[in-house]
Amino acid sequence: MSDWMTVFADPNVQWILFGCMLLGLSSGVIGSFAYLRKQSLMGDALAHAALPGVCIAFMLSGSKSIALFLIGAAVAGTAATFGIGYITRHTRIKQDAALAIVLSTFFGLGIVLLTQIQHSGNGNQSGLDKFLFGQAATMMQNDVWIMAIISLVLIGISTLLFKEFKLLSFDPGFARGIGYPVAFLDQLIMFLLVVAVVAGIQAVGVVLMAALLITPAVSARYWTERLGFMVALSGMFGALSGLAGTFISSTGNNLPTGPLIVLVATAVFFFSVLAAPRRGILSKLLLRASARSQARQEQVILQAVRREQDR
Amino acid sequence: MPVHPLTIQNMTVAYEKKPVLRDISFQVPEGKLIGIVGPNGAGKSTLIKAALELIPKLSGDAAIYGKPYAEQRKLVGYVPQRESVDWDFPTNALDVVAMGRYGHLGWFKRPGGVEKKLAMACLAKVGMSEFAGRQISQLSGGQQQRIFLARALAQDAKLYFMDEPFVGVDAATEKAIITLLNELKMQGKTVLVVHHDLATVQEYFDWLMLLNVELIAFGPTEQTFTADKLQQAYGGKLTMLDRDGQSALITSGR
Amino acid sequence: MSTLWIILTGALVASTCGIVGCFLVLRRMAMIGDAISHSVLPGIVIAFLISGSRDSLFMLLGAAVLGLVTVFLIQLFHQSGVQSDASIGVVFTALFAVGVVLVSMYTKHIDLDLDCVLYGEIAYVPWNTIQLAGIDIGPKAVWGVGLALLLTILLISVFYKQFKLCSFDPALAAAVGIPVALFHYLLMGLVSVSTVASFESVGAILVVGMLVVPPAAAYLLTERLSRMIVYSVVIGCFSSVLGYYAAHLLDASIAGCMISVAGVIFLLALLFSPGHGIVFRKWNRRQQLSS
Repeated sequence: MSDWMTVFADPNVQWILFGCMLLGLSSGVIGSFAYLRKQSLMGDALAHAALPGVCIAFMLSGSKSIALFLIGAAVAGTAATFGIGYITRHTRIKQDAALAIVLSTFFGLGIVLLTQIQHSGNGNQSGLDKFLFGQAATMMQNDVWIMAIISLVLIGISTLLFKEFKLLSFDPGFARGIGYPVAFLDQLIMFLLVVAVVAGIQAVGVVLMAALLITPAVSARYWTERLGFMVALSGMFGALSGLAGTFISSTGNNLPTGPLIVLVATAVFFFSVLAAPRRGILSKLLLRASARSQARQEQVILQAVRREQDR
Repeated sequence: MPVHPLTIQNMTVAYEKKPVLRDISFQVPEGKLIGIVGPNGAGKSTLIKAALELIPKLSGDAAIYGKPYAEQRKLVGYVPQRESVDWDFPTNALDVVAMGRYGHLGWFKRPGGVEKKLAMACLAKVGMSEFAGRQISQLSGGQQQRIFLARALAQDAKLYFMDEPFVGVDAATEKAIITLLNELKMQGKTVLVVHHDLATVQEYFDWLMLLNVELIAFGPTEQTFTADKLQQAYGGKLTMLDRDGQSALITSGR
Repeated sequence: MSTLWIILTGALVASTCGIVGCFLVLRRMAMIGDAISHSVLPGIVIAFLISGSRDSLFMLLGAAVLGLVTVFLIQLFHQSGVQSDASIGVVFTALFAVGVVLVSMYTKHIDLDLDCVLYGEIAYVPWNTIQLAGIDIGPKAVWGVGLALLLTILLISVFYKQFKLCSFDPALAAAVGIPVALFHYLLMGLVSVSTVASFESVGAILVVGMLVVPPAAAYLLTERLSRMIVYSVVIGCFSSVLGYYAAHLLDASIAGCMISVAGVIFLLALLFSPGHGIVFRKWNRRQQLSS
């Protein structure tokens, strides 16, 4: 009992808890737009694509500055979004393949650069792979402040441009028709996604960052048919996962934070799949059973009526 | 007593909660060109898909020439909606038509010279011989539809299901298609066509099915294509204009 | 000799992935390779924990089982209404998270390096050989990937028309009596087998890249499926040869260089393909405008 109370008392853990909650919140919000635009795996691609940017930042500066890493990752991520957009717009290659192409070539290039750095005998490169696999436990007060600012900006923009993003996700052709700067808004959403990914990578790592963008949004979709509610719910699920995952990890069983956050998010997803009203499996089974019995009853009545008429 | 090409008995199909088709029963006579019309969401495509066992039925039976579809596949030709496939697929027109023979080839046999020759003949019937080697994404909507039709011809069936073959095609193609359908009818084949343009129903079809979740009417066009039956199928969404003694029909709303 | 083995392994991986990848690209399932290569992690760890050895056979088995579980779960969630890409994302990240947790739970007792499992190093291929009756018969990776390639060629060539029709028009395929679901799982099984057979020896990223980049480049170069497959294999093999020497020159990761070369070839196809290249299309448009 007192054991987990002490967790909350530790100021370091407080910061990490707060940071992961914010991360979950902001990626949940921006992830729901990605989901509706059928770009769920964009986060995965962008997270992988950040690697060469981080490497180049390191090679140019020679230092392990987190700020430079973030900038490098953001630049590479933005370049990746342009690449993906260009391939899908100008060739017959569909989005999924474009994502996979950009993901693997950027990451391959990143590995080439990484081995270059390692072979060049630079002693202090070990931070690079930590950066990629993520370590929430090393989050400092400063990182959490950066996190807070980033989330505030992400959520602020999403709120301000809510109706634009909504229309863009639903019917980009119509949005263009009524004079929205569709290309700009498109790129803005991508950029927000890049920011969310870059902010999250060092906490939970490349692969698991993708989960924070996808899983809360998919879970939220199960509960509601309204976009505003869905975005809020997705943010809430994300925040909850961040909190709970960090909490479990910090209660002393020595498990990594990132995967635990993802597993909590997955648990929320499973619960949604099973129990959500209307879309959930349980309610669908009930509906189907009732539809079946209703259809049978109707048939019996119809046949009776017909027999009546035939007479 | 002759076996009917298609017999549907008490068929009900439901997605989620609402039935899309409710307790449908009918028998299709042989050698007729039959139109299936009804408002959006009436279950026209669903009817075809359920008859072909592409989607599960809640209840009821469908029989092709008196037997379940699985035993009679070779007697049936199918033209899906044109948008249902990716026209960027790397293949040419002739190859798509040859796909019509895949069902007859069985598990291991590959399409060869015989199939190619047959596919060429079918392409010629729809007037597309010179496009045999053309990549399918470079064809117009009407040409793509003709390719699909040629593929159905290659299936060499006795009963054809066509899902909206007239959508997005030019007038010339529409004429070519209807001529071809009439030829099939002359050969004693049975053709069911999902259709949406009420103005051409009387001209095109000799039998008509009116569908709106339930079966409203099914019979010779002159008996089924009447104001009160159409009203029944389309509800209040139908305005009839009688112009020059010809009835033109306009569907309003959805 | 070791050069030959490495290039051969690379070419075998490229061929296997290049064939299967064509169907993935055409069916809009390109990200499935990425998903499978991550989600097999818990399978590998569990196989390791049960068998207690780093014997590849057990790990392969564990990975293959998880590969199929992944595909099954993705299909399940997709059918219950989740968009297919989101369904992929949820499933593979969750399984990967389970894998990482398992690794960190048991990492004190066992010697299983996460980097090594996930980002296997093709440079070590020649030293991991198989002994048969006391005779060295070559690297394990060559045998493993070679078998996967044989299986792929066999299945795809025997059932070519089924795979093709299921990719182009699944509704018609079902209507003429081809078991569409069976061929879906057969294809996914092939993806799993090629991924699993390849990635332990050459690294996940090489597999993911080879599954998509050469087929996509080939897709821009031809209008026939059969040629697309051939081009894809050729591009993949060429990338592995060139990538190996580039890596030698730059003293960098071999797998990374192979992917980068494939990426460059894709870029060239994107720009200069006769039918679909951007440069030629622009040029054609200008010609039409001036005439």
